[in-house]
Amino acid sequence: MALKIVKGSIDRMFDKNLQDLVRGIRNHKEDEAKYISTCIDEIKQELKQDNIAVKANAVCKLTYLQMLGYDVSWAAFNIVEVMSSSKFTYKRIGYLAASQCFHESTDVIMLTTNQIRKDLSSPNQYDTGVALTGLSCFVTPDLARDLANDIMTLMSHTKPYIRKKAVLIMYKVFLKYPESLRPAFPRLKEKLEDPDPGVQSAAVNVICELARRNPKNYLSLAPLFFKLMTSSTNNWVLIKIIKLFGALTPLEPRLGKKLIEPLTNLIHSTSAMSLLYECVNTVIAVLISLSSGMPNHSASIQLCVQKLRILIEDSDQNLKYLGLLAMSKILKTHPKSVQSHKDLILQCLDDKDESIRLRALDLLYGMVSKKNLMEIVKKLMLHVDKAEGTTYRDELLTKIIDICSQSNYQYITNFEWYISILVELTRLEGTRHGHLIASQMLDVAIRVKAIRAFAVAQMATLLDNAHLLTGNTQRNGICEVLYAAAWICGEFSEHLENPMQTLEAMLRPKMATLPGHIQAVYVQNAAKLFATVLKGEEGNTDGTAAQEASQLMIDRLPLFVQSANLEVQERASCILQLVKYIQKLQQKDVEVAEEVDALFAGELNPVAPKAQKKVPVPEGLDLDAWINEPPSESESEDEQPKAIFAKEESKHSRPRHTEVDEKELARRREARKQEQANNPFYIKASPSSQKVYQEAPGVEHIPVVQIDLNVPLKVPGLPMSDQYVKMEEERRQKERAEKKKKEKKKRKEKRSGRGKKHDSAPESEEDITPAHMVDIVTEEMPEVGMPNALPSDDDERDPTDPHKALDIDLDRPLADSEKLPVRSHRATEAQKSPTDGETENATLQEPKKKSSKEKRDKKKDKERDRKKSKEEKKKKKHKHEDKEEDLLGGQADEPVLQSEETSQVAEPPTSSSTTAEVSDLDFWLSNAPVPSNTQEAATVAAAAPMPSVTAPDSEPDEPKDTEMEETKSSKHKKKKQKKEKEEKEKKKKKKHHHHHHHSDGAGEESVQNGTVEEEEPLPPMSNYCLLAENSYIKMVYDIQGNLQDGSQVVVSVIFENKCSSFLKSMEFNVLDSLNSKLQRPEGSGPHDGLVVPFQLPPGVSNEARFVFTVQSIVMPQKLKGTLTFIVKNEDDSTHEKLDFKLHFTCTSYLITTPCYSDAFAKLLESGDLKSSSIRLEGVNMPFHHLLARICFHHHFSVVERIDSCASMYSRSIQGHHVCLLVKTSAQTVSIDAKCDEPTLLGNVLDEIKQTFSQC
Amino acid sequence: MIKAILIFNNHGKPRLSKFYEHYNEDTEQQIIRETFHLVSKRDENVCNFLEGGLLIGGLDYKLIYRHYATLYFVFCVDSSESELGILDLIQVFVETLDKCFENVCELDLIFHVDKVHHILAEMVMGGMVLETNMNEIITQVDAQNKMEKSEAGIAGAPARAVSAVKNMNLPEMPKNINIGDISIK
Repeated sequence: MALKIVKGSIDRMFDKNLQDLVRGIRNHKEDEAKYISTCIDEIKQELKQDNIAVKANAVCKLTYLQMLGYDVSWAAFNIVEVMSSSKFTYKRIGYLAASQCFHESTDVIMLTTNQIRKDLSSPNQYDTGVALTGLSCFVTPDLARDLANDIMTLMSHTKPYIRKKAVLIMYKVFLKYPESLRPAFPRLKEKLEDPDPGVQSAAVNVICELARRNPKNYLSLAPLFFKLMTSSTNNWVLIKIIKLFGALTPLEPRLGKKLIEPLTNLIHSTSAMSLLYECVNTVIAVLISLSSGMPNHSASIQLCVQKLRILIEDSDQNLKYLGLLAMSKILKTHPKSVQSHKDLILQCLDDKDESIRLRALDLLYGMVSKKNLMEIVKKLMLHVDKAEGTTYRDELLTKIIDICSQSNYQYITNFEWYISILVELTRLEGTRHGHLIASQMLDVAIRVKAIRAFAVAQMATLLDNAHLLTGNTQRNGICEVLYAAAWICGEFSEHLENPMQTLEAMLRPKMATLPGHIQAVYVQNAAKLFATVLKGEEGNTDGTAAQEASQLMIDRLPLFVQSANLEVQERASCILQLVKYIQKLQQKDVEVAEEVDALFAGELNPVAPKAQKKVPVPEGLDLDAWINEPPSESESEDEQPKAIFAKEESKHSRPRHTEVDEKELARRREARKQEQANNPFYIKASPSSQKVYQEAPGVEHIPVVQIDLNVPLKVPGLPMSDQYVKMEEERRQKERAEKKKKEKKKRKEKRSGRGKKHDSAPESEEDITPAHMVDIVTEEMPEVGMPNALPSDDDERDPTDPHKALDIDLDRPLADSEKLPVRSHRATEAQKSPTDGETENATLQEPKKKSSKEKRDKKKDKERDRKKSKEEKKKKKHKHEDKEEDLLGGQADEPVLQSEETSQVAEPPTSSSTTAEVSDLDFWLSNAPVPSNTQEAATVAAAAPMPSVTAPDSEPDEPKDTEMEETKSSKHKKKKQKKEKEEKEKKKKKKHHHHHHHSDGAGEESVQNGTVEEEEPLPPMSNYCLLAENSYIKMVYDIQGNLQDGSQVVVSVIFENKCSSFLKSMEFNVLDSLNSKLQRPEGSGPHDGLVVPFQLPPGVSNEARFVFTVQSIVMPQKLKGTLTFIVKNEDDSTHEKLDFKLHFTCTSYLITTPCYSDAFAKLLESGDLKSSSIRLEGVNMPFHHLLARICFHHHFSVVERIDSCASMYSRSIQGHHVCLLVKTSAQTVSIDAKCDEPTLLGNVLDEIKQTFSQC
Repeated sequence: MIKAILIFNNHGKPRLSKFYEHYNEDTEQQIIRETFHLVSKRDENVCNFLEGGLLIGGLDYKLIYRHYATLYFVFCVDSSESELGILDLIQVFVETLDKCFENVCELDLIFHVDKVHHILAEMVMGGMVLETNMNEIITQVDAQNKMEKSEAGIAGAPARAVSAVKNMNLPEMPKNINIGDISIK
């Protein structure tokens, strides 16, 4: 047998293996393709053999050939064969090949499902690993669906190696099979706290990747990640988490506030640049989200900027690049802090590295001021000249224009300079931004009236030299500039010095090679020029010049009439006929100029894109109504109205719309409006239409700033922007001199003041007055082209984006229908295979069960132990103290009560868990004063040593009691049963009485508090009410729900030392009930008191917080407790105690939660809520006081208020919604309330009633 | 997410290509060519980040590369990856190769591209970073190699001997990839 194998392998060793193939290819450099084709033939032969080793070798070679670009999909089936080999060596080769060349449309993939499942459950971890790795590359929706459950099982594998791979691949599974996300998420979340750092890192990785796409669904994980961030030391994990926080903060500014501190600490402490950089990045994101500009964050900005400067100054180009990248993010919100590093950024413009220059360019945008704009642009123009490669040059070009045109040309003081810059830019070769330059030219010429004469002169020169620009006739090429030039010359032709010459230039035959839309503008504007020429020649008796012009038109226009472009043709033939007619008139010596000129009369004013909206629609005009009946569907395409100047794009055949419904039309209309709004050329189409509307009031509302030109300039020929820089300098100097004079005068006048302040201060921004004003349509202009500042919402997302499907609410509890499909018996082999889904499930569940069983057992053991010890104690006590027996008997009524309560515990609806989780986050985020729950517990625990309990009077704990009661009764059954019953009854009465009395007292206290404050117009209110008081100490308390945990409330107690002695060793203890328990530090017994973590000198008060867990919140409760303390005088000290009763009202379980009226309405409509109502008579206070009281004392928020009627909302810590409708008339207040928990509602209403009962 | 990992030499010959998103073979070759074109024209001491690359690019993506002697290691990543982190990862990758091949050189990558794939699979899985700890990576790779050897057992011996003989007349070994002084940030 062995011999046979050896023989086989000897045969095999003469096959080519991968190395041989590579070597062969290297040796056949001249005829590589031929050699490879022979190799492929060999491989095909090898694949036909039965020997799996031969096949594997062939597949291995194919993988290499695939890398060289050969299609190997024909061997897909053989790859599957190799994958299913039982040997790891071959399996690995197979999976590698599959991962390289399988994809969703590979049809053999569906054959692999069972094989992969088998491998996933292989006892060999590397078989599993290889399968997971392979699967991660070629998982399809089908595979994801079929294997999701298996992979989920692997997430709890014993080997971390498998766990981390399984966790990581889940992301791919989610992408392909979004339904798996919800069922798998809890386990994924669990893995965030996996003991193995690799698994943890993988889980963080996956969740970060998920959260990046749909951050809002993962906000509730913020506390967990926060914990990880503060505890993890793995930089990879930290970076991912910090990046994640960067994505979350825009959604939750409070999170940002919380993050700032730990992040700044990290920035200070870390030595890893990558971590530092990400921290800075996230701090920036936080600062952006908090953009309200809180003063105390300026330090953080400074820190960031400062660190970034260090990065930028670093010799490492990578750090420099990243520094600039991050800087540009700060720039958006805090431009001032970046501006101070202008020197550095300008320096980076000269860097040899293009990436860095590009980043520096981005920053320049925010660097410019009126003062330095010219200087910076000059520098950029130098770069433009030097730049090699059109990409960088184009980038420079757009940046120059961006910088200059930002915020309505805010920084341009001299528009002649800007026009000349634009003209210089036209000399760039091969740029793709002709359109951009053209639109700038048009914009400036239209909006800066004073510049028109200059602009026209420049444009005329451009037209004259058009041959220089026509080389590049591709779309968006520089020839687009001619469009602008022609239009400007035509429209403002009155400024032309020699219109005839320009007319000639525009009608050159060569122009017929320009793109159609430019020709169209040429033709139209030639007509305008013609009109101007005629007008200019009007006075002349001679008239030859005018006739020459007509002749020129008649000679040249036929060329355009023949144009293939419809637009050009139409215009040209129209104008040609017009000119022919004019010529006839001219020959009869008729004065025509005026009439011709009237064709183009009317001044053009800049109009905001939205101006049309301000024009009221005349009465009786329905813009949406059909003018003619809609044409048949097939023609609908042609019916689409076109812009007057047809754009080329519209000609590209659009996909045929078979259905054009109203909606679609509306959408298109909207899109077209948008397009026109953004199209600088569109404005041109409106002169005539504007005339029509001139009478309309809307247009006059648009404020137009008048122009003030104080530097008349005439520079003949092509402009040199540098000249303007100099001129501008001079102008500014002059201005400055004037200003100084004025200032001097002023200063003389008020010398006595704090005069010297402005003495030699550098020229400030405001000092530079622009030479021309821009016609600014102030109102709506900024909206033009403003990018969406916020990350795009779902609607805008690409519908094919796979991440859209993953936008899933993860907090909702899992429904049965959502469980991952467990594999059912389908294939025959599956029955044999040990990987059957059910067995797997069983194995999965078994350990769980076991563990829970174990736990339970342990618990039981503990309980048993406790019982025993107690029993013993009890016995002793029992023997010694007869009195206690009575008391114990008195407790007997409690268990009954408790059992009721526990039955209620089960009631809270499961849906509350979601809201509870959300509110967890709220609590976590809002607990600025109260440290987060765990922390608090820790602090309390730290503060509390565990001394022997100074037993609270004599009443022991309830749970104990029940046990004791039981044991006792079993022991003394026969003897004492009767007696006890009697005792119980007696005690009950006593107790009830006691309770009642006490609660009354407490109620009075709080109400009194209220009434005293009531007299003030807007009463300052306090929720603190008296807990207990004696001659030494006074305690007041307030109870707040803990949003983080639906079962916790925080009791804040203020201790006030009333005596002249020092109070110390205070211990706070409460008798727990089954329902409510004081949270004690771990390790302390259920009777131990909590040490109040401070001492009280005379007259001082301080606050301590205690956390209680409550189960049911629908009923108010009272807990008895005791405070023990030592009063220390100079000579002696005494032990004192003070009993109290904590009253947990139902109100204290409510948490003020804002609610929007629409959500509120939905809630009411939902019909899940039960209603109840009360009436309060004789309430004598203003309605807003009443509301304020309910809000303050009962933790409600006002949803909506209309006159004397208001809707209010609150939510319990367990997520019950409580809605109130409060109405008042005369002195009667009626409150209609709805809540999903009637008992809770009843109690809350009672409490509200009590609050007002004294008014 | 990592979209692709490419290794090619100074002449643009691919030594390893790993795409975590499907492209057909022609597009893959085009991407490799384009990436080579972009990367190769950059000076030695400029930054290691590159925007653009039309085929694979998009606004969210960056090319992060390192150049070692004759080889370029290029990662195409989106914005969820830390730039410096990926640079580290490349370094870890190369150092791991160095350990696994004992002074790695281009020839190792040429003749053992499958092994390089296996090593890479322990670091990056489906476009996500799986492991960054070099020792852990090497442990797992070694364990798998050991398994492979034990499976080959007696049958593998002659084949190994033959390949040893075949390898004797390999062309002169080019100098090692110098992983020297690039410090981990």
